[in-house]
Amino acid sequence: MTTLSNDKPTAISIRNVSQRYGEAGSSGAVVALQDISLDIRQGEFLCLLGPSGCGKSTLLNIVGGLFSATEGQVKVGDKIVKGPLPADISFVFQESTLYPWYTIRENFDVAFKFQRVPRNEWKERTASALQAVGMSSFIDHFPNQLSVGMRQRVNLARGIALKTDIILMDEPFAALDEQTRMVLGEDLSELLAATKKTIVFVTHSLAEAVFLSDRIVVMTARPGRIKTIVEVNEPHPRSPDFMLQPRFSELRNELYALLRDEIRQAIATTGGSVRPSGD
Amino acid sequence: MLETSNASARIVQIAFLAIAAGAWYAVTTTGNISPLLLPPMDRVWSALNTLLARGQFWPPILITLTTIAQAYAIAIVTGVLVAYLVTRSRFLTEVFEPVIAGVFSIPITLFFPVFILFFGIGPASKVAYGATYGFFPIALNTIAGLSAVDERFLRSARSMGASSFDTFRHVLFPAAFPVILTGLRVGFFISFASVLGGETLSSAVGVGRNIALAAELMEPARLYAWIVFVILTAIVLNTIVSQIENRRRDY
Ligand SMILES: Nc1ncnc2c1ncn2[C@@H]1O[C@H](COP(=O)(O)OP(=O)(O)OP(=O)(O)O)[C@@H](O)[C@H]1O
Ligand SMILES: [Mg+2]
Repeated sequence: MTTLSNDKPTAISIRNVSQRYGEAGSSGAVVALQDISLDIRQGEFLCLLGPSGCGKSTLLNIVGGLFSATEGQVKVGDKIVKGPLPADISFVFQESTLYPWYTIRENFDVAFKFQRVPRNEWKERTASALQAVGMSSFIDHFPNQLSVGMRQRVNLARGIALKTDIILMDEPFAALDEQTRMVLGEDLSELLAATKKTIVFVTHSLAEAVFLSDRIVVMTARPGRIKTIVEVNEPHPRSPDFMLQPRFSELRNELYALLRDEIRQAIATTGGSVRPSGD
Repeated sequence: MLETSNASARIVQIAFLAIAAGAWYAVTTTGNISPLLLPPMDRVWSALNTLLARGQFWPPILITLTTIAQAYAIAIVTGVLVAYLVTRSRFLTEVFEPVIAGVFSIPITLFFPVFILFFGIGPASKVAYGATYGFFPIALNTIAGLSAVDERFLRSARSMGASSFDTFRHVLFPAAFPVILTGLRVGFFISFASVLGGETLSSAVGVGRNIALAAELMEPARLYAWIVFVILTAIVLNTIVSQIENRRRDY
């Protein structure tokens, strides 16, 4: 059981981050993020919630060093983020990024190779991560031989097998049906309670956000700013019973109330058009 | 389903060959065509046997195959390398892809005399010519394949700290492989045809030279015997390429 206290050291510090796409002042210019400052504590499960297009993926990619911010700075521990930090941060993206030309085992091996994990650890790490998500018997399958849900479990397992202290997850369960999401969410809560990792998780599901998070960062419609931060004081791992408690629905309703206006505004400015996500 | 369609395809192919052979037989026996242009089948057959018996095929075929192998190897290495460099940025791709496609649309045959000037009439000029011609389809297909690689795969490789070489080896190349393979295949037959064509046009040695010589000496039976031999070689090479293609993993 882990409970979070406010005096935990900071794992990720985001300072005055803004992100603009396109030339400033040009017609195509988009301000995706505006002046985001946030400290993410060690071992915390933090959710980013906000209307589509508010810059959640952008923020995650900046934190992980995949894009560099137009302004501001991100620090992981005491390192300023200038590029990917494979030893500290791993990603789980919305769609499976397992390579279809390799089997599950080869996918893990190549990830370890990229990340420079000593070869003698590969086998054991793969086995235990697959075990944790109940996919051991599929080790020699190709990704296309698995269902979308199974693939996403393996994708998650790969993120965990990389054993970084920080995992950034961009809507990892978005492609799954609701029941599978719930089950995977429970699994995730258990897995993470055991490992004390710092997680930043993007989702559009209010229930998922409440069920998994220690804190939920609610963002405004574009340009994305932090509207408010909601705390969920509930120890991990969380059982499905948590969802039946009145507090769960209260939090969920609170989030919905916070988001409603932003979503209306987002629809008004974009005409409701939704970009294909997965960015 | 696939089995039957394969079988019927075979039957049609064999029937087609039989009709071609029949037509050959018919026009040559009825005397409608001068034996100088198309000699009867049996004469070609005996010429083929004579050449085989005297072992006259082997030295030129060895030279020609070596030339093709060298030309093709150079075309692969330069084609893939240039494509890799060009696809490192969208800007470079936009600049160079049309240039390479444009040059490829010029009949490079026009420059064949230049190759002879630079490299002489020995095999070196055919290597250079075959490599140049084969380079284009390989480079163009590899560019197409590499630029279509899903951004997600590259981003995840980058997040895991993959080096450029590892990214190429484990992500870019396998992702683009089906398209690259088409380029390798087309490139092969273009190199093959260019070397033979080059030898026919101007050469001291090789299969193409022997074909040209037989034509100059008005020995049509020998000429066609050589051509039959080249066709057989092409069929064998094509079978090998298809085998390699089928052996690759499907994904
Ligand atoms: N490469 C890019 N070039 C130009 N604009 C971009 C780019 N990437 C994102 N944007 C814009 O920045 C804004 C934020 O995008 P982002 O993908 O971060 O949103 P998001 O919150 O993750 O949305 P979703 O919930 O739909 O995934 C969007 O308006 C988008 O159009
Ligand atoms: Mg997104």
